[in-house]
Amino acid sequence: MAAKPMKIRASVKDGVTEVKALISHEMETGQRKDANGAVIPAWFITELTATHNGKVVLASEFGTAVSKNPYLAFKFKGGASGDKIALSWKDNKGESRTDEVAIG
Amino acid sequence: MNNQRRTVLKTGSGAALLSMLAAAGIINPGIALADWNKAAFDAKSMADTLKALGAEQPADSKDVQVTGPDIAENGAVVPVGVTSAIAGTTMMAILIDKNPNALAASFTLPEGTEANVQTRVKMGQTSNVYALVKAGNKFYMATKEIKVTLGGCGG
Repeated sequence: MAAKPMKIRASVKDGVTEVKALISHEMETGQRKDANGAVIPAWFITELTATHNGKVVLASEFGTAVSKNPYLAFKFKGGASGDKIALSWKDNKGESRTDEVAIG
Repeated sequence: MNNQRRTVLKTGSGAALLSMLAAAGIINPGIALADWNKAAFDAKSMADTLKALGAEQPADSKDVQVTGPDIAENGAVVPVGVTSAIAGTTMMAILIDKNPNALAASFTLPEGTEANVQTRVKMGQTSNVYALVKAGNKFYMATKEIKVTLGGCGG
């Protein structure tokens, strides 16, 4: 399944940029079983990195306990309207995706 | 003639050096990204997870806070946040005591990023949720119990 785009909002206020992101991902834990009793293999995002104009502002590592379609919000100092915020993730199956928005 | 050649050589090597630096910058943007910490995420208990993170004896701190609901109706989506008022906080992690694997997520904060991250986690049952924070070479911790009512049955 092709990964859907992330929803990212970034806004700057008083010199602090707030980034909110909603990432589309199953985040299967590997604990659940299907109707036949077979374990559904784990499938989850392991790493998510946020950059501001190419500079890393947040590097995160996820486990299976992060909810389906993960939500993430954080703030960093600096940033101006029009600057680029990029988020990229990588999952345990080796899939990855990068999305970029401009600070509103 | 010779002088000109020197100048060309100089500017030539200067440009080459710049492009090399740029390439290095792309490969390694700002901070080195650690590989996914498999040992910490695979650890079952709180103690093992703390050990894998190199934080065996975190100090309780009032400057660290776990934010979240007192009661979560749906354990699949529990909003949890971590904030730290300790200067120089470089790492934050969310740990859930009663989950099959305690570590839910960890965040590395470069300078300039506020020690305030919100996300949503899954919780199998009512549990203590811990925020682990690293500042300097020390670890600090805070906890909050979040009650999970499965299926929204109340109680």
